[in-house]
Amino acid sequence: MPKVAIKADGLGKWFGEGEAKTMALRDVNLETNFGEMVYIVGPSGSGKTTLLSVLSGILKPDSGRVCVEGIDIWNLNADQLADFRLNRVGFVFQDYHLFPRLNTAENVAIPLILRKKNWNESMKQAAQYLDIVGLKGRADLPPVKLSGGEQQRVAIARAMVGQPDILIMDEPTASLDGDTGQSILKFVHENILNSNRCIVVVTHDSRIYEFASRILKMEDGRLTGTESRAA
Amino acid sequence: MWLCTSEKDQAVRGILKLAYKLLVNDKAKFTALLVGITFAVFLMMFITSMFIGVLSHASATVINIGAPMWVMDPSVQAITSSIGMPDYVLDAVRSLDGVEYAVPLYSGGALVKLPDGTYQAATVVGLDDTSLFGRPMLIEGKIEDIYAENGFIVVADAEYQKLESPHVGSVFELNDHRGVIVGVAKVTVSGLFGTPTLYTTYYRAVQYIPNPRYTISYVLVQPKSPADVQKIKQQVAALGYLAVTKDEFIKKNASYYVFQTGGGTNILIMTLISFIVGLSISGQTFYTFILENLERFGALKAIGTKSSELVGMILFQASFTALTGYGLGVGLCTLLVYLAKLRLASYAAMITYPSLLLSFVMVVIIAGISSYVGIRRVLQIEPFDIFRG
Repeated sequence: MPKVAIKADGLGKWFGEGEAKTMALRDVNLETNFGEMVYIVGPSGSGKTTLLSVLSGILKPDSGRVCVEGIDIWNLNADQLADFRLNRVGFVFQDYHLFPRLNTAENVAIPLILRKKNWNESMKQAAQYLDIVGLKGRADLPPVKLSGGEQQRVAIARAMVGQPDILIMDEPTASLDGDTGQSILKFVHENILNSNRCIVVVTHDSRIYEFASRILKMEDGRLTGTESRAA
Repeated sequence: MWLCTSEKDQAVRGILKLAYKLLVNDKAKFTALLVGITFAVFLMMFITSMFIGVLSHASATVINIGAPMWVMDPSVQAITSSIGMPDYVLDAVRSLDGVEYAVPLYSGGALVKLPDGTYQAATVVGLDDTSLFGRPMLIEGKIEDIYAENGFIVVADAEYQKLESPHVGSVFELNDHRGVIVGVAKVTVSGLFGTPTLYTTYYRAVQYIPNPRYTISYVLVQPKSPADVQKIKQQVAALGYLAVTKDEFIKKNASYYVFQTGGGTNILIMTLISFIVGLSISGQTFYTFILENLERFGALKAIGTKSSELVGMILFQASFTALTGYGLGVGLCTLLVYLAKLRLASYAAMITYPSLLLSFVMVVIIAGISSYVGIRRVLQIEPFDIFRG
């Protein structure tokens, strides 16, 4: 019996007021398990990113709740929520959001530094993760000297360095060519996913569906279907 | 317990080091920030130092004479605008309770005819014939020669050359009287008004220089003890005159130049302008720095940085820049004043603790405003915006 990582019940979220009010999420219910790589797919404006933000403790829903291992994260105060994101969730953003003024190792080490780890130890650990994502010897380079695929790997290393049990990936292949995108997701599937980790991916890119455990389809703020796959 | 504190310190250091690297690795912005603050501090320091120097030089006679108390007409606003007092004032002051001794001082202007036939305005100080109280320190000649016929002592300050750098034995004319230099002196502070200074006896000064009916410019008083100062002031006031201590007279001079000449207002305006220039450059650059890094701050927020930590990072960046700029500005100003003084010994600029403090406060305000604007912007950004791109 797989262990439930995230359980969402009756999620609702709207933006704007009056006539401009737009429902981004309508009564969304879902469960993701550890050891699963769940994709959320759907057309633009279907509410994928909103759902991802609500699940990861970034955007407060207007209704419903999100429980991670039984704890309703939206009952936490701002600092507790920040701690939750720092300690339990790893983020891979669509545009990587690496710091151009920091070198690669420093970028990767950010979550450790925020967790109040010693600077030198953080750098050492960051170098190990760069090694894991295949960027050995690139620790001192600034991100701008890396290719798009390499920058995405740095972003993955940054998301993983704190060993979070939930990994959130927002359009991870949007800025990459097809081959690089596939190799990145293959890498994540083979090296990052394990029985203690749940990975939630928002994507448009059907070429990487092969790595999904489950695909949740969204349309107009609703989950319209689930497709289980043998990854 | 100490281990916990040490770990906490280390953690804070880690976040601050991150903030430091984000700041200084953006060399162009960091340089622009430093230039802005350094320039503002330099201007503020330089303007206030110049003004304080000018004020100090404006009280040169008071400082150089060194009398603890001065008696004058109540209408006197500054040392240069003395109003003659009748001789009985000197006798009356001498008879006051608490006065150890009192001597007259003459201070006035005269035209000196130089050997080449040109004329040069000079300040003439007439010292009490008996005591020579307030005499300058001689670097050439003997003080008793001041009693010699037509004897004058010239002060070797920045204006000395205007009298063609006379030495002992040099002869000149002063209001058609013959004058002979019998000594060359140095003083603590040289004058402000660009005129050379000559010392002679009180008697000779009032003889050589045309005067109104009353000739005593000031009565210099030595009280028996500091406790007598207040009593002397009250008794002099009863005579219809004003007695002030040396420090009060310096303040009176300063007050005159600050409030009566418009100098203070001008300095205030210039200080404000330098503050606004510094604030504009630094505030704008810091705000641009924050705007350019806004997405990254948003990413940090999404990753799990607390708002208080982001505020701490921005405050650290602003404070670090401000303090570095402050140090550079003070250093630059000090260097410039030092170099100017090497070239011109009496250069009127003084770096004082009040001007250091004023510039520091201004810099703290600049840092405070810049970081406030940055913090507001960073706290407004929602991590969700990072996802939305």
